[in-house]
Amino acid sequence: MSTRTRADAAARRAARPAKTNRIGLEKTSYRGRPSTLCKGCGHDSVSQRIVNAAWEMGLDQTQVVKLSGIGCSSKTPAYYLGWSHGFNSLHGRMPSVATGAIIANASLEVIGVSGDGDTASIGIGQFKHAVRRNLPLIYIVENNGVYGLTKGQFSATADEGQFLKYQGVNDLPPLDICMEALTANATFVARSFAGDPKQLEALLKAAINHRGIAVLDIISPCVTFNNHDTSTKSYGFGRANEIRLHDLNFVPEFEEIEIEDYEDELEVELHDGGSIVLKKIDPDHDPKDRAAAYNVIQRSLDEQKLITGLLYINEAEPTLTELLNLTDTPLTQLPDEKLRPSREALEGVMATLA
Amino acid sequence: MSVAVREAPVVVPDAPAAVNDFAINVATANGSGSQTSNGVLLRALFKMGIPINGKNLFPSNIQGLPTWYIIRLSKDGFLARREMTDIQVCMNGRTVAEDMERAVPGGIVIYDDSLPVANSRKDVTYYGMPVKDLVKEAGLPHALRDYVANMVYVGVLAELLGIEPEEIEAALLHHFEGKEKAAGLNMQMVERAMDWASGHVVQHEGYRVERMTGFNEGKILVDGNTAGALGALAGGLSLASWYPITPSSSLAESIEKYAPALRTDPDTDKATVAVIQAEDELAAIGMVVGAGWTGARAMTCTSGPGISLMSEFAGLAYFAEVPAVIWDIQRMGPSTGLPTRTSQGDILASYYLGHGDTRHVVLFPANPAECFEFGRIAFDLAEELQTLVFVLSDLDLGMNMHISEPFEYSDAPFKRGKVLSAEDLEERQGSWARYMDVDGDGVAYRTLPGTRHNMAAYFTRGTGHNEYGYYSERPDDWEQNLERLKRKFETARRMAPGPVLDEVDGADVGIISLGSNHDGVEEARARLAATGLPTNYLRLRALPIDDSVRSFIDRNATVFVIEANSDGQLHSILTTEEPAQALKLVSMAKCDGLPLSARYIVEQIQQALEEELI
Repeated sequence: MSTRTRADAAARRAARPAKTNRIGLEKTSYRGRPSTLCKGCGHDSVSQRIVNAAWEMGLDQTQVVKLSGIGCSSKTPAYYLGWSHGFNSLHGRMPSVATGAIIANASLEVIGVSGDGDTASIGIGQFKHAVRRNLPLIYIVENNGVYGLTKGQFSATADEGQFLKYQGVNDLPPLDICMEALTANATFVARSFAGDPKQLEALLKAAINHRGIAVLDIISPCVTFNNHDTSTKSYGFGRANEIRLHDLNFVPEFEEIEIEDYEDELEVELHDGGSIVLKKIDPDHDPKDRAAAYNVIQRSLDEQKLITGLLYINEAEPTLTELLNLTDTPLTQLPDEKLRPSREALEGVMATLA
Repeated sequence: MSVAVREAPVVVPDAPAAVNDFAINVATANGSGSQTSNGVLLRALFKMGIPINGKNLFPSNIQGLPTWYIIRLSKDGFLARREMTDIQVCMNGRTVAEDMERAVPGGIVIYDDSLPVANSRKDVTYYGMPVKDLVKEAGLPHALRDYVANMVYVGVLAELLGIEPEEIEAALLHHFEGKEKAAGLNMQMVERAMDWASGHVVQHEGYRVERMTGFNEGKILVDGNTAGALGALAGGLSLASWYPITPSSSLAESIEKYAPALRTDPDTDKATVAVIQAEDELAAIGMVVGAGWTGARAMTCTSGPGISLMSEFAGLAYFAEVPAVIWDIQRMGPSTGLPTRTSQGDILASYYLGHGDTRHVVLFPANPAECFEFGRIAFDLAEELQTLVFVLSDLDLGMNMHISEPFEYSDAPFKRGKVLSAEDLEERQGSWARYMDVDGDGVAYRTLPGTRHNMAAYFTRGTGHNEYGYYSERPDDWEQNLERLKRKFETARRMAPGPVLDEVDGADVGIISLGSNHDGVEEARARLAATGLPTNYLRLRALPIDDSVRSFIDRNATVFVIEANSDGQLHSILTTEEPAQALKLVSMAKCDGLPLSARYIVEQIQQALEEELI
């Protein structure tokens, strides 16, 4: 009986025309390999949002690179965008690998995924320097305040006073990823919650269109080691305490702007032609105002609330690759004769050494 | 029981001073501007056709600590450090007493007469230079006085030795890149000092220079770091990322200096190479690995302490099979104490860097021309073998000036290795496996990010993958992978630059050495030959060693392995890889922060052979 039901369902699916995106691909072709994370892990929701955003944007996966450091979050690039090259690198060192990849081929869309230990503990230096350089990178932090793969140690974003089974009480204050990004002069800072698919997808699309570094701090609960309601990185806390700064809508350049009737709305044009439309809930917050962004983050820390949305954006600053004034043709695609001096140029230098 | 009677080793003294054949030691304080004076002296002598070598012995300090610059002139073209000082120039009050002791009997001491010294030795000639008065009389701007003070000894030496003033002037113009005013101010001081010296200094028969021919024609004067930088720029470098560390910083800075002239695309006026000063060595090598994986030629340059910080990425690059190049300009480490002293202490560390089961290709350039050549070859090897390649230079080769053959332009195609394009994938109907040994040489095919084919992508990890690049913890998958990497290492053995051999009929004593020791070894061999002991010489240019090393050891009764570290690191690699011949290998390992001298090598070999005979 049940077999027949499944067969019927399959037949119905097959009969239905597959929905494709603007480059003619079904969403399934944006998937990766099956996840090996714990059931219910917030990171898997983030992976799904990446699949959705990339499919809806019609990204050419062959022009996307997925990078990560080490940790549960850093395993996820295997689970989405199966046609993209991926590199699961070293703990805390994803930003440097991304820097090299981006300089080598600046035409690629590079998505880096990291965790709170990978970014705020071992990788804080590389994180802040990548931000400072305005590397054209989407930097996603799947933030759960705990080490998963090494079985439940505190990370640098763990809450002060938090209790963990094997570690006891954490008596150090947390580092706030968004605050650290802002002080390092980030040009795109957003916070979201793995359990808020609509907002997260809008932010991911905006991040894809941002020209410089886009830091997304995504609270992504660890169901195994840190999902107590007392933790600010739990599902319970997130659902009960999330305050959205605005309702977000992302409008890609290839779609006509036809949005719902937003009151008190703000449209931010992005580098690649799309725009992000924010319907403000907090009328005081202007995401182009850095000081306002600091205030929002400070308020969320003081009030222990999860304030989400686009905290800060600046489309004006040059990116690292722009500053380097590299050829428009990616360095990896230059022919030999462009990658070495002319005979005359070298002879000119040799003459100064003779 | 017999008692071995040890006789004192036969000491072969350095040859007595003669025209164009002696050594000058200039003692100054760091940061006093003596680099200009010393560089000008060296260049003027070079332009007179005299074989010369300059060794800068400098402290880890910006200003004030003692610095010595040793210029050796050798009409026969021996360019190793000479232990004996014939002419001592004393400009530093803190070291003047010991500096004056350094001059050989019959030598000359030239000193700033304001230094508090007692002229006590009877066997040397003293000349006190009135530096302060001469500088004062010159009426130069106050801010410049301290800097031009060092030009006084340039002038006095010019008069004493017979250095052509025209060559000093030309060297000054070269140093100041054609700025006539700066060169003129300094030349004024030189001439004033020459005037003074002509009335106060007696020219010495042995200590004279004369223009000569036969050695310097067509050659250039350059340091190894500049050469390496030019070689990399000529070899397709796309990204250099680095973190400042002596003695490698000048390599990265030379890349920055020459990149605009050499690597600006004439069609678009844009750069075809990027240089990034990273936040630390971990980031520097991380960027190299990221760029190498994406398909660009990338390198970093560092020294021992940086190598230790890069070890995790070295292990990753080895197992993920990512092309990358690290230039290691060796010195002593860690950072405190002797960071400005030369050493060859990273041979073992770089050969094995990682977490076990890793062996890397290591190149050993011996002179600037080879630094230039290896600038390109290192990239060819890294991409052909899809692996990390080290280039091990050292402070002596990297930072000191050497006479070199000019660098040869090459327009040979870069060897980019086994990379599948979208068209290749189309032809294979998308069927390929990232870590499969298709050709039997252990080197698999790779694709680059951005390849427009939906079967191009693969997922890169360090360990834990099967032939298809899929995650695997199966023991047999990993063993198979290690077997393939062994085959790849055998391919590396065949591809890496082979040793340079110089064998003599009838000799059965061999020498194996590497890198900058070459000058000392060649001079030592000449001296040994003169005492009736001809030697064979193998100069190793790369690890892994090839078969010619084994047969060289085979042909000799005893082989001395000479290196500038006190572990005997190369000796230990050779004994591990050639265990059957280990007893023939005698380690001659010395590390005192100075480049090896011929005298040391001669004494050690004579002593060892003597002891063996007793």
